[in-house]
Parts: sequence; C-alpha cells; structure tokens
Amino acid sequence: MLGLEKKDFRLLLIVIGLTMFAPFILNPFPEGAEMAQFNAGYPDLMQRFVIFGIFAIGFNILFGLTGYLSFGHAAFLGAGSYGAVWMFKLLSMNVLPAIAISVIIAGLFSLLIGFISLRRSGIYFSILTLAFAQMSFALAYSVLTPITGGETGLQLALDDPRIFGASQTATGNIPVPSLFGLEMRSSFEWEVGAWLFTFNAGYYLAAAFMIFAFYMSIRIFRSPFGMMLRAIKSNQTRMSYTGLNARPYTLAAFVISGMYAGLAGGLMASMDPLAGAERMQWTASGEVVLMTILGGAGTLIGPVLGAGMIKYFENIFSKINETILHSWFAFLPDGLENFVVAMIYPFIGKGWHLTLGIVFMLVVIFLPGGLVQGGQKIAALFRRNKPEDAKPNATEPAE
Amino acid sequence: MGLLEVKGINKRFGGLQALGDVNLSVAEGSLHAIIGPNGAGKSTLLNVLVGKLIPDSGSVMFDGQSVLGRKPHEINQMGISRVFQTPEIFTDLTVFENVMIPCFAKRDGAFRMHAIESIFAERDIQAQADSILADVNMLEKKDMLASSLSRGDKRRLEMAMCLVQDPKLLLLDEPTAGMARADTQNTISLLKEIREKRGITMAIIEHDMNVVFSLAERITVLAQGTPLVEDTPDKIKGHPKVREAYLGEAQI
Repeated sequence: MLGLEKKDFRLLLIVIGLTMFAPFILNPFPEGAEMAQFNAGYPDLMQRFVIFGIFAIGFNILFGLTGYLSFGHAAFLGAGSYGAVWMFKLLSMNVLPAIAISVIIAGLFSLLIGFISLRRSGIYFSILTLAFAQMSFALAYSVLTPITGGETGLQLALDDPRIFGASQTATGNIPVPSLFGLEMRSSFEWEVGAWLFTFNAGYYLAAAFMIFAFYMSIRIFRSPFGMMLRAIKSNQTRMSYTGLNARPYTLAAFVISGMYAGLAGGLMASMDPLAGAERMQWTASGEVVLMTILGGAGTLIGPVLGAGMIKYFENIFSKINETILHSWFAFLPDGLENFVVAMIYPFIGKGWHLTLGIVFMLVVIFLPGGLVQGGQKIAALFRRNKPEDAKPNATEPAE
Repeated sequence: MGLLEVKGINKRFGGLQALGDVNLSVAEGSLHAIIGPNGAGKSTLLNVLVGKLIPDSGSVMFDGQSVLGRKPHEINQMGISRVFQTPEIFTDLTVFENVMIPCFAKRDGAFRMHAIESIFAERDIQAQADSILADVNMLEKKDMLASSLSRGDKRRLEMAMCLVQDPKLLLLDEPTAGMARADTQNTISLLKEIREKRGITMAIIEHDMNVVFSLAERITVLAQGTPLVEDTPDKIKGHPKVREAYLGEAQI
C-alpha cells in the first residue's frame, strides 16, 4: 500500500490515528478534575508535539541511519524560522510559501555546513557541527541584527511591506498567519459532558506535515539509499572497497535531515510568527539528540515518541508546584506530609530536568534501543504468555 | 602485457624502504601468489594496488589505465575487488543486504540518489544476490545478521560480495590467516571452484605454503621490499635463493 510493506503501512496508520485523534487521547481527564493538569490536549502543546516530532524524525535519518551525530541541527531549525517570518513580512500571511522557503533555506544552509563538516567523522564531525551552530547563533544574536532582529528576535510589525495582503487589518492589528484564510490560531471547541476537546487548525496543518514527513522517512528507511546509509554506519572500509563513495551519501542524508529541521522551523513560525536566535542555541540541538536517543535511534517511530515524551515532561511536569503537591499529600499526617513533599519537590516544577535526566539515564543503561526497545520487550513478554505462538527464536529486526 | 602491470614501485616510510623497485605482472586469467617473510612488503604492495597508499615513484597500470592517485572506490569501479585479512563485512546488516550492496554498486556506480524506490521492488538485484548466495551455499542464512556468522562464513560472505561484482581482478590478503585446518581446506576448495567456474584473475598474498602451492600458477617471492624471483610453483620450491631468504625456516 502506497509503496510500503504491510508492517510499515500498519505503523503509518497507527501514527495517522494517533495524530488525528490526539485532541481526545491527550485530554483523558474532565475539566476541573484534580488530574486535569495532566491533560496535554491544548493547541500550543499539541503543535509542539508534532513539530518537534518532525525535527526528530529528520534528525534520525542522519543519526539513526549513518551514525553521524550532529550537535548543530538547531541552526537549520532557526534558519527555517527566520526564512518563514521574512516571507510573512514581505510576501503574504499564507503559511505555504513561508514553509516552502524555510525548507529551501535550511536545505541550502545544511548543504554548506554539511559539505565542510562531513570531511571529518566521529567526534570531530560533532564538534564541527556544534561550532557552526554556535557561530550561527552568535551571528543571529549580534552581527546579523538587521536580518534576524538580534536580541529581541524577528517579529512582524504594523508597517511590513507585504506584497500580497495588507500591512494591517481593518482594525489596525497585525494580521495572523493563515492557510488561504483559515487562521492557524483558530480552534473549534467541543464540549462533551465535563470534557472539553480543542481542534486547532494550526495543529492539524502541522500534523498533516508530520504524517507526510513520517511517510517519507519510512520510504527512505526502506530504500536502497537507506540501506547504503546503514552500510556507512556499519563499515566504511568495506563501503569504499565495494566501489561506493560514502561522502555524497552522508551529505545527502545531512541535507535531508536539515530540510526536515527547516520544515519544523517554518511550522513553528507559522503557529506563532516570530523567530529568535535562541532557537539556534546548542541546548536546542542537544534536545533533539535526547529525543532521538530516548525514543530509539534508528527506529521509525522512536524519535516521535521521544519528542512527545520530552515535550510532555517540559510542559506538564514543570507546572506542578509545591501547593499542588501539598494538596495531593494532604491525607498524610502533617510532619510526614512535609517530608514527602520535600522529597518529591526537587523532581518537579523547575526541577523537571532532574526527572528527565534520571529517565534518560535509565533508558540508556537498561534500554539502549530506547522506548521502542522497551515496547518490544513488553510485547515479547505478552507473546511468551500465549502458549500457541511461543517462538523464543523469533527475533525482530530493529524497526 | 598483463592485466596488472606494476613497474618500478618505490615506497619509503621514513627511514624504512618498504618497497624498492618492485616490478610485477599479473597475466589475465592466472592465479598469481605473492609470498615472502614477515616485513617483506606484501601488504604495502597490496595497499598500493587498491589506492590506500600512494607510492613515491613507479607506475601501476590496470587494464591499460593507471590506478595511481585514484580513490579506493574508483579503483573498485575499474574492476579490482579486495578480500581482507580479517573479513570486512557490514556486520549490522543481514547477509542478504550485504550482498545486495555490491550489486547496487555494480549497477548504479559510486553514488545514486535512490531514496524513494523500495528495496523490495528491485527484483533483478534480489535475484543476483540470491544466486551468489546459492553459489557459496549460504542461501539458508540470508536473513541472519552478518555479525552472528562464524568466521568461516564471514569469509565466504566477503568472497561472495566481491564475486557478485564480477571483478576483473580479485586481490586476496591472507584469506586463510588464523583459520583452523578444516576452514583452510574449505577456503582452498572455494577458491578452486571460483577459478573453475568464473576464471577470475586473482592475486593472492599468503603465508600458508600449503595454500600457495595448491592454488598458485605463478609465484613472486618478495624479500625486504624487492622481488627476489618470479616463476612457477615447481621452480620456486627448489630455488636456492628462495630457500635462503624464506623457505629455509619453513616446512614444505
């Protein structure tokens, strides 16, 4: 189906189902309930799930297949964002040209950086990409202020010379990004009993792009090109003595993943039309590395899971504060309550990084294949309990 | 004029003359062995042939073209394949994928952007890979990961990866090094079979005299970076210079 094997097609259907029904899946608790703070079904966070999903899927094409660990991918995401905002300023508030230009700019930028960085491999490659990304960050922050807006970032203004469309709305406001008139921020809210589900236009646009990005990544994984990339990771000596030139293969993978990052950056700017230099910073590059490894590098679905998990932690765990903790443990005797809250407090709220760090360590030590490997282990456990198809030797490939 | 013509190759590593004025001619269709004691320069010579090292002077002509200054993948595309001392295979890939990769390299050249096509649709490549695996008796292992193969099987897989490219010249770097006697015998018969079926020109570097004398049609003896003699196996066996330099310590 669609040029995919049955197993991959099923995976694609699962991803489509999850993204389309995300407003329901992420909002399991009714409004006003104690657990409602664990709901993640609001537009801003859902958009972030799929956008960072795209970023991680693209990063995985480079890192998961070729093993080249780039520490500078945020530079392409940032470049894409700037490109998109400039399109909003100069051309029109339609998101499609903005997204197109962000992919193109990120592609060209990654071609330049990849061409230089890929002369080295291993740690030297990582350091080169990191250096380039930090250079881009520093340029965007200071020297290139006329283009990037410097410290304040690039924003829309009331006097933008927009070729198609007005500089201001009739009421004197800055127009908002839209898809042929459908505003990205517009949402349809549906109340079912105590539940409130939000369907956001921007989210569904980003989700459609993520499904397409995921589909393309399956095609790449299953193509001869993808096999060559895995061969590069496995043995470069044999690669060259088999008559294959590894350099253009790695460069192509680098540019493809750079374009994915640009797409993510363009979508980010489409949801909220501003771009700042901090999107290029090394912490942002490190985040996508964490997402990919946490979910399972080299697997198809892993990066999406990793991106979702990290963004969930970042937005939900960080919201829990001391008062909420006290209300949870109010049933305990006073002294014990204070003790338990004091023990848990460092791991939540502003301390969510600590929890994430522990989870990351546990995953890397016990599940080197990431969350996907964890899922496979659980699945294998269930399969073993069924006596009729107990096949201990049936080892599944990595994906 | 041989398929491979090496003329006046010199290579120095600092103060060490690794190769001094080496001349070698490998005739088309022959199996040519290069032997010599440790440090004679055999591996250096091989590395010059495949483009890993560039000699200080001299020329290497293959099939009428110079190979000097070309990259390893370009030399492979000219028709020279190499089997390594320790098998170099794609250990993270399956046996079947391992043999498909050289098929793609042969068909599409050093680089092609086939990122959208599916591997499953490449029927001709799959057929080629299947047939070479059948030739080396590894068809039933095609879905195994290459890293889980035994050493002997890894060697056979590497040989299959070289053969499926249908090379004009196959270079073998001590293909039986570190092998048990049974595996060595298997390798000898595999090489003999390949010679009979495909008639590929081969140059082999080997320590094991048993292997050399049961396979080679011509032998070049290297000592201290220079060729001592070149002749047929029978003549080499009795040659006084060879005995002195090399065979004096070995049992034939």
